[in-house]
Amino acid sequence: MTELPRSYADRDAVARSFDLFGFLSRYGTVIALVLLVAFNLAFTRNFATMQTLNVNLTQVCTIVIVAVGMTLVIATGGIDLSVGSLMAISGALAPMIFLGKILPIGSIYLNVAAAMIMSVLVAGLLGLFNGWLVARFRIQPIVATLVLFIAGRGIAQVMTNGNLQTFRVPEFQWIGLARPLDIPAQVIIMAVIVAAAAWALKKTLFGRCILAVGGNERASELAGIAVSRIKLAVYGISGLCAGLAGLIVIAINSSSDANLVGLGMELDAIAAVAVGGTLLSGGKATIVGTLLGALTIQLVRYTLLANGVPDAAALVVKAGIIALAVWLQQQHRG
Amino acid sequence: MTRPPDGPSPLLLDIRDIQKRFAGIPALVDASLSVRSGEVHALIGQNGAGKSTLIKVLTGYHRKDAGQVLFEGKPFEVHSPHQAQVNGISTIYQEINLVPLRSVTENICLGREKRRYGLLDWNAMHAEAERLLSRFSIGMDVGRPLGEFNTATQQMVAIARAIGFSARLVIMDEPTSSLDEREVGVLFGVIRQLKAEGVSVIFVSHKLDELYEVCDQVTIMRDGRTVRNAAMEEIGKLELVAAMLGRDVAAVEGHATAFGERDRSRIGDVMFSARGLGAGQAVRGVSFDLRRGEIAGFAGLLGAGRTETARLVFGADRANAGEMTMEGSNYNPQRPADAIVAGMGFCTEDRKGEGIVPEMTVAENLTLALLPKISRNGVLDEQRQREVVQRFIRELGIKCSGPNQKVRELSGGNQQKVLLARWLAMNPKLLILDEPTRGIDVGAKGEIQRLIRGLADQGLGVLMISSELEEIIEGADRIFVLRDGVSVTELEAEDANEEKVLTAMAHGTSASSEAAT
Repeated sequence: MTELPRSYADRDAVARSFDLFGFLSRYGTVIALVLLVAFNLAFTRNFATMQTLNVNLTQVCTIVIVAVGMTLVIATGGIDLSVGSLMAISGALAPMIFLGKILPIGSIYLNVAAAMIMSVLVAGLLGLFNGWLVARFRIQPIVATLVLFIAGRGIAQVMTNGNLQTFRVPEFQWIGLARPLDIPAQVIIMAVIVAAAAWALKKTLFGRCILAVGGNERASELAGIAVSRIKLAVYGISGLCAGLAGLIVIAINSSSDANLVGLGMELDAIAAVAVGGTLLSGGKATIVGTLLGALTIQLVRYTLLANGVPDAAALVVKAGIIALAVWLQQQHRG
Repeated sequence: MTRPPDGPSPLLLDIRDIQKRFAGIPALVDASLSVRSGEVHALIGQNGAGKSTLIKVLTGYHRKDAGQVLFEGKPFEVHSPHQAQVNGISTIYQEINLVPLRSVTENICLGREKRRYGLLDWNAMHAEAERLLSRFSIGMDVGRPLGEFNTATQQMVAIARAIGFSARLVIMDEPTSSLDEREVGVLFGVIRQLKAEGVSVIFVSHKLDELYEVCDQVTIMRDGRTVRNAAMEEIGKLELVAAMLGRDVAAVEGHATAFGERDRSRIGDVMFSARGLGAGQAVRGVSFDLRRGEIAGFAGLLGAGRTETARLVFGADRANAGEMTMEGSNYNPQRPADAIVAGMGFCTEDRKGEGIVPEMTVAENLTLALLPKISRNGVLDEQRQREVVQRFIRELGIKCSGPNQKVRELSGGNQQKVLLARWLAMNPKLLILDEPTRGIDVGAKGEIQRLIRGLADQGLGVLMISSELEEIIEGADRIFVLRDGVSVTELEAEDANEEKVLTAMAHGTSASSEAAT
């Protein structure tokens, strides 16, 4: 026996009056970003330059790419803690292939192509493994992805014997260093991924199913949606994104250190998703919001650093912003 | 059936005129309950009658707005279930709320551990646990984790724990729902033992036969009120059911629903049939046929297995016994998607839990099942979505600000229409409607009833579950009565009346000659 339902009248009344929290949770990220840019234009020297833009975009790229996959996972009501470790695996595997340590292929182009495809695919497969744990065994996502969060970095270290791999292979490193039309290559990759994901989430059957599963899993199942397959897919995509981000990181650094590649990335990505306005409980997600969220966090850090605030203090501010964003969401929902 | 040997024993619990509102909505209007020492007292009522609320008020989980509770002659005022327990009222819930990974002893002694020199005295606690269990002639290794034992044994442990608090009154909320027949027998033995020791029991159950087997007295609630209090041996099953549903067995009223006249000529051949359907304890043998253009009604009390059967038909749960055929061929759905492919739709009774996707819009909710059909190469055809949505908003008269309004902002009746539209858009052959008009206002209710009749007239087969008797009797062309997971009676609408349906719900057969107990 259940309690009588709350009256709908109460809710309607709330919905009709102007909802400040709702407004802030929807546009807060944009407002924050505009304020930050305005502040910097006024107080930070040499802010309005292409260089500043490129520095910020380059730094935020990998976070955004990983956060796109994370947004899809979170939209289904899940979470993926393994992304940082998957970046390390992909980052460790790629140099082994293009330096010819595994398969001696003659042509450097073939080597690089094989390295890129293989390492991203491996990360994608490991993502599918996450999805399999979540969908097939109904393990809580935070626990299921903890498996590879812990094991993944270990695997990467074993693969490389814990050694730093350094290289100078321009045929590969264009992914992090090339600047067609004066735009960093990874910014273009990021833009393409963001656009594709935003389109998919809004306009495709797959996107609609993701949101339905996150919004009400049992209703989705009863409506005939293949819930397990959707979950497999989002974790797989999250793995692919992490794999790609791993390649970009090692390309920029000209080296791959399994200890460091993607370290802490899962938290940066989740933070970007949360600040961007995606519901952490699933069912409501925005890819563009995630992009804005990542940019906001990045710009706060840049602003503080450019104005002489130490990085340690910047971290505290970052935490404050995340707390604020999540709090706003709560108010809106409650 | 047993009675205290000599005369009425003193009143142990006396609850008078309890009132309780939640957010302004009355849950208890005028609830009273009196229990004597050593009495097993049945508390029954339909969903939402207020049984659970009354128990939660008694055990301090909710605070009453008005009324009086006397326990052992003194006013009883507690603020938490734990406090109630310490004061002699223990509750055993349907789901056993013990700690499965800890030992039996730890579970029994949780909250009143024995100490010696400031340390836990395990020997004393093991002995205490064994002593309590031996009262029910249960011998078990009390050092083993509780989770290793079966449900019935765990329930015994829960009862032993309750009595360990020197309970004077034990409340059992549907204790038999997860037990098999033998286990129920053991539980009843324990209840009789309690009774012999002068402990009173409040027994909440939907299984009528059990009440007659073990209870002395019964209190019936409806719509937050206590409507009847009687000795078990003085009240027949039929009377019991009638009181729960608020029907006068003799009186048959005029039309209370908006289904309108049925047109039997439109009913076609058998489309779907089920034989001996079973799954676990909830469904133990359900057989029925459904014809084209026919509304088949499932009647039965709570726990009779109606929803569970519907879920088997739709593939939401899997049957482990019986056979189904759909349009002449074998039908064995593994998941809802299989049922949908076969041409079925399912409107759940749990609209919020498994019907609507609250954060999504009316349009998105309406097209949820239709998605594959309105997309090309995985891309949604927004033009077609708009057309479908606008058509159904118009045809069903869904009141919303537009297709993009969040569905959670709609009234219950309009949410229900969105869910109906979700399936009608699929152009189904068979539609399962579980409590299609529950919790919605009178106007929308009439509209939905007219709609259901109209759909059947167009050749759709409808399987309708309803706890409202008039909805079944006036709406259905054929009525199947389920009782304890078995389809016990089939009635043609022309032959059906309230008395027959009630009798079947109570006794398992429509023959009114067996009405006297």
